[in-house]
Amino acid sequence: MKLSSLVLIFIVCNLTFSTISAFRLSPSQPTERISGSAGDVLEDDPVGRLKVFVYELPSKYNKKILQKDPRCLNHMFAAEIYMQRFLLSSPVRTLNPEEADWFYVPVYTTCDLTPNGLPLPFKSPRMMRSAIQLIASNWPYWNRTEGADHFFVVPHDFGACFHYQEEKAIGRGILPLLQRATLVQTFGQRNHVCLKEGSITVPPYAPPQKMQSHLIPEKTPRSIFVYFRGLFYDVGNDPEGGYYARGARAAVWENFKDNPLFDISTEHPTTYYEDMQRAIFCLCPLGWAPWSPRLVEAVIFGCIPVIIADDIVLPFADAIPWEDIGVFVDEKDVPYLDTILTSIPPEVILRKQRLLANPSMKQAMLFPQPAQPGDAFHQVLNGLARKLPHERSVYLRPGEKLLNWTAGPVADLKPW
Amino acid sequence: MKLSALHQSYLNRRSNSFRSPTSLDSSVDGSGKSLVAVFWLFVHCLCCLVSLVLGFRFSRLVFFFLFSTSSTNLYSAPFRPDLPVKHLDVHTIGRHLDPGANVTVAAATRSSRVVVGRHGIRIRPWPHPNPAEVMKAHQIIERVQKEQKTIFGMKTSKMVIAVTPTYVRTFQALHLSGVMHSLMLVPYDLVWIVVEAGGATNETASIIAKSGLRTIHLGIDQRMPNTWEDRSKLEVFMRLQALRVVREEKLDGIVMFADDSNMHSMEFFDEIQNVKWFGTVSVGILAHSGNAEEMVISMDKRKEKETGEEGESSSLPVQGPACNSTDQLIGWHIFNTLPYAGKSAVYIDDVAAVLPQKLEWSGFVLNSRLLWEEAENKPEWIKDFGSLNENEGVESPLSLLKDPTMVEPLGSCGRQVLLWWLRVEARADSKFPPGWIIDPPLEITVAAKRTPWPDVPPEPPTKKKDQMPLSQGGNTVVVIPKQQQHSTKIRKPKRRSKRNKHEPKLTDTTQVSSSMSKRQERN
Repeated sequence: MKLSSLVLIFIVCNLTFSTISAFRLSPSQPTERISGSAGDVLEDDPVGRLKVFVYELPSKYNKKILQKDPRCLNHMFAAEIYMQRFLLSSPVRTLNPEEADWFYVPVYTTCDLTPNGLPLPFKSPRMMRSAIQLIASNWPYWNRTEGADHFFVVPHDFGACFHYQEEKAIGRGILPLLQRATLVQTFGQRNHVCLKEGSITVPPYAPPQKMQSHLIPEKTPRSIFVYFRGLFYDVGNDPEGGYYARGARAAVWENFKDNPLFDISTEHPTTYYEDMQRAIFCLCPLGWAPWSPRLVEAVIFGCIPVIIADDIVLPFADAIPWEDIGVFVDEKDVPYLDTILTSIPPEVILRKQRLLANPSMKQAMLFPQPAQPGDAFHQVLNGLARKLPHERSVYLRPGEKLLNWTAGPVADLKPW
Repeated sequence: MKLSALHQSYLNRRSNSFRSPTSLDSSVDGSGKSLVAVFWLFVHCLCCLVSLVLGFRFSRLVFFFLFSTSSTNLYSAPFRPDLPVKHLDVHTIGRHLDPGANVTVAAATRSSRVVVGRHGIRIRPWPHPNPAEVMKAHQIIERVQKEQKTIFGMKTSKMVIAVTPTYVRTFQALHLSGVMHSLMLVPYDLVWIVVEAGGATNETASIIAKSGLRTIHLGIDQRMPNTWEDRSKLEVFMRLQALRVVREEKLDGIVMFADDSNMHSMEFFDEIQNVKWFGTVSVGILAHSGNAEEMVISMDKRKEKETGEEGESSSLPVQGPACNSTDQLIGWHIFNTLPYAGKSAVYIDDVAAVLPQKLEWSGFVLNSRLLWEEAENKPEWIKDFGSLNENEGVESPLSLLKDPTMVEPLGSCGRQVLLWWLRVEARADSKFPPGWIIDPPLEITVAAKRTPWPDVPPEPPTKKKDQMPLSQGGNTVVVIPKQQQHSTKIRKPKRRSKRNKHEPKLTDTTQVSSSMSKRQERN
């Protein structure tokens, strides 16, 4: 009796210890499992956990816009286009709206580009409004919940506030019609008007093939301590400095331009991706908006991201424990950046590198074509699945109206 | 009008900074009255004058102080006492004051601590790097690289056995130090076998003792001959002696041939760890002529006759393995000696191109177990080293093999050039101080005519300086010609009277070199 219980205990102990040990990938770098606040959810498979119905909008909302300007496929806002393509051929898609848990509205609001390639958001509110009016009048599902089980992809600078200037975006606020919908956006900042409760933050689009083609052998020693390439002063829009990046980038330049440990400059070299793979820390400061594709590049290339943006909400924050992976520096602490970075113990740095080397981490930041398991599309679906089942309050009583269809600036009410 | 626009912009900025972000409209539309305009013009001019005097933008400060309303808290001390004003440039003073106003404003929404608007650019007063932190950063980098090496590098590394034939000559210290420093940087265990022609001398021993490596110093009795061809033959003999030592002592590792004037890259030592039995790498050949004019002429000639077949001639010639598309060894690239026909150096100090052998020994590495009498798993395609007959003429290491196709090409099949071959020697009759130590110290120091530092004015030359015979060694008298005396500056006039040995002023290199040149001239 005693012997058998001892044997049982011995077996149980063995099993628990074997599951706690670090996950080793042979023969390349050992990695660690990533589990965020929602648990170990990066590798979950959304198929079977939710059903998504994709509205068939007239092509003027999506295909025709893309035809007019195919540059939209490559810029950092391309997530909205690839999301639709992924969902159309995904097993979570259902053609029967009655059994759908979530409804997707494919409207490309970020594809009106200037000659330089920057998206103009001025027509986006009207476009969105017109799309919603269309689906509200042709299908009963919008009015059933006033959009609470619908989701939209709004990858613009400030999400659904539809403006590139922060003050104007705050002034506009989130489009009133989207107040109950779930927004999938790249912008995330705590206590900000343009981040709704329950939004899903995604990384900006970065071309996966381009990054894969610049990989260098992993045994190349990392010899750059801190690396950054980009603007410090936006001379065109903010010549004095202080507005752009809330003065943080300018502070980085002024304090560390002479420091040999900091490889920072405004030049754009052809070896940008290769240099990132030879650096230990990559700075990811805010610009006009807090998010940037540098985070994605840093994760792909194994460079620890140093995030200088107060109160930022990073992509998939419930699935990825960013505090363990990156280094967060307050904007007021930027002059002491070198002290902060050199005082991190080497074991912590090695652990962060192991977490970054985890392939599911890198996969979660990408939008590959065609979609692969564990990539950003699947993380979005996982996030949507975690919000299920919908609460009872989502479904409105007949005759109940919560949205104000005439709210917002007058110019938005014009038809598109 | 520009003035009102200026005024407006000030107020706009102020409103952005101080008021809540939602109400952005300026409340002073329509204040373009003439009286107000004149007042502002006056204030503007006053501010400009004050700015000219003080040297920074006084006007913004004035507006900050005059118009900061109840929505902000004024700091009592306008300048932060911990900031030394003279270190900051113009913009930082204004900027440092602004965040004070910004931070205290509560945003209109939900107690966010992030405020939109113009923020100050924070600059710490001494932005230069702290040396202790730089050290810590380098330690972090080292730790990360060590981790990378353990993950991606070799799990178990073999000892490196370096074989260097050398002999005492002027450039020996130059070449041997180069090889020595490369070997000292090798992160693996190392044995350095130095074979010396003309017997093992203290000169060589003192150089290699500085390395701190485990060394085996062999001497052979023959002296190094004066022609390149004979020299390479003797070097082959010396290398075989070293291999004999490897066999007798049963040294276990990878044998590489570090000729003393070659240049090795650190990646070379990492790459040769991959060899199983017998490997070969690409060697860059730096065949120079030593005569700059001739090099230019030959380069021009090459450019003229560049018809396409000689398209490779302008790039570095490389000796190494040749592979086919499936990365299998099919042959060797060797150095093309045709352009140098008839113009190559014969004697060691000829001013002409020094050419390498067909296949240099330094491009080959081998597992030392191939040389042992008894080794397990020793392949059959290696000849027994013990029965090697040197009189048959061993030209290249391939003579040690029965089957040259079993050689492993390293460095991604020869595409990476990991070491460079160079032969540079001084004139045969050149002399150098033994051990490169100037002993006895120099008696005569001739000061430079113009020193970069101002000091003691020159004393007028005295009669005693006309002839200064040395007190020892009759053949090293240096007579200073008269015209140099007047420009001689005396460094320490008080010591001049002592004719005894004083410390050689090694810090004053101009003095040392001028007397050195005088010595050599005499010799």
